[in-house]
Amino acid sequence: MLNDWLFIGLMLLIAPIFPIGAIVIPSILAPKKPNPLKSQTYECGIETVGDTWVQFKAQYYNFALVFLVFDVEIVFLFPWAVAFNQLPLYGVIVGILFIEVLVIGLIYAWRKGILEWF
Amino acid sequence: MADPVTFIGQWLESILVGWGLSSAWISVIMGALGVLVLGGGVLLVDIFLVWVERKVVARFQDRLGPNRLGPFGLFQPIADVIKLLLKENITPQGADKFVYNLAPILALATVIILWAVIPLSVTVVGSTINVGALYIVAVGAIGTLAIIMAGWASNNKYALLGAFRMVAQMISYEVPMVIAILIPVILAKSMSLADIVASQSVWYIVLAPIAAVVFLIGAQAELGRAPFDLSEAESEIVAGFHIEYTGMKFGLFYAGELLHALTFGGLFATFFLGGWRGWGAETYPILGIGYFFVKAMFMYWVIMWIKYSFPRVRIDQMLNFCWKFLTPLILTVLSITAILDKLMSGVPYWIYVLVMLFSNLVILYFVYQAVGRYARKERQKVADPEKVQVNFRVRSSTPSQAS
Repeated sequence: MLNDWLFIGLMLLIAPIFPIGAIVIPSILAPKKPNPLKSQTYECGIETVGDTWVQFKAQYYNFALVFLVFDVEIVFLFPWAVAFNQLPLYGVIVGILFIEVLVIGLIYAWRKGILEWF
Repeated sequence: MADPVTFIGQWLESILVGWGLSSAWISVIMGALGVLVLGGGVLLVDIFLVWVERKVVARFQDRLGPNRLGPFGLFQPIADVIKLLLKENITPQGADKFVYNLAPILALATVIILWAVIPLSVTVVGSTINVGALYIVAVGAIGTLAIIMAGWASNNKYALLGAFRMVAQMISYEVPMVIAILIPVILAKSMSLADIVASQSVWYIVLAPIAAVVFLIGAQAELGRAPFDLSEAESEIVAGFHIEYTGMKFGLFYAGELLHALTFGGLFATFFLGGWRGWGAETYPILGIGYFFVKAMFMYWVIMWIKYSFPRVRIDQMLNFCWKFLTPLILTVLSITAILDKLMSGVPYWIYVLVMLFSNLVILYFVYQAVGRYARKERQKVADPEKVQVNFRVRSSTPSQAS
């Protein structure tokens, strides 16, 4: 068991080395001739106007909120699914009721028009 | 000699023991070697995937594809890699340099890290942790982070728009996809991928076909491939989040995307197609690796098939399809699977399989009816424009729209 987590830890340490190597090698081999025109932001041929980090549609935020609710639900459902053999039928039904409460939340969001994109 | 991988591992370990190292150091060195072999192997397959992708898309579009360099153009991707390594790296004006450089590294590294828990055969598996399914969900989410980092740090409006779209799409489709993963977990009663594969004496695609299809759709959206390629819609936002990346940094995004597609093929094979299972795979584990890659490549081909056959959807259609169709559907399937699994705890396995399949078919029938009704309503709107106006007025007077 400890060996398994050791492998994950080594993976997290060693895996980034491959892409880092792929970025370091060009910095040695590749030509470097920067000039202000080349490093301009690409848009449409004309110089870009205004700030890039503008205010964005608030609806992305709505969807992120709905997602958060469901993601937390899923985190709770994983232990429920693993302990399935030890659960009595009652436990399974309670788990399903938990899902249905969130379905009611989804229906509420739906009726409120949060899921509409306009 | 039936299992060369274990044989080589034991041989190396005996050499290390001969050097007089302590057991802790031996496990660290063996783990590091395993990571290097796994990561290197996966990246070699990745280079080969560039060729597969280009050859298959050429066939879908009635072309020949790369055929000049080497037999069947097999050396083309190697030439591409050499070219990318010699390209100048341009950092755009006003970019956040640290985040800008970190994003492509994360994009490829997370995909390699995913392979740590996927069982390639009975004996060849990086790590058999007992939370494998959760690990895949957690590590897969870092990919979303890489995309928002790339879009935000590039200081480009197209990149930012692409990143927003991609993140909205990825977090939306994460919900049905993860719940679809939950169904094999319930059927196997374990989150460990090795256990999920070991318990598939009947492939789970037979027991849970709807979950398999939902997982495939979710994977397609997570990958940002057509019909869900809004983040790189060429006609609207040129290339999306990686628009400012040049040379090998772009190459890392590209390699990450291709490898991610194969990873999802492998995950589909693990969850629903029995992973390494096949004739003689238990006695000759080396065969299991072959079976696994055949299944993974087949699913990769299916993902490509969908990609090159469908037109792009609009963002509201994409979100509606996820939240108003896939999520309720997969929650229903999850509830029914859970209850049926508990009620049939004592029955023979073949009855269990048949009942599961039948319940999925019944759900599919009702879904077909509901979708048909919706399609008829939509067609009526087009056929009778006066009614559309009425519908529109009714919709716009609902409280949510008025406020």
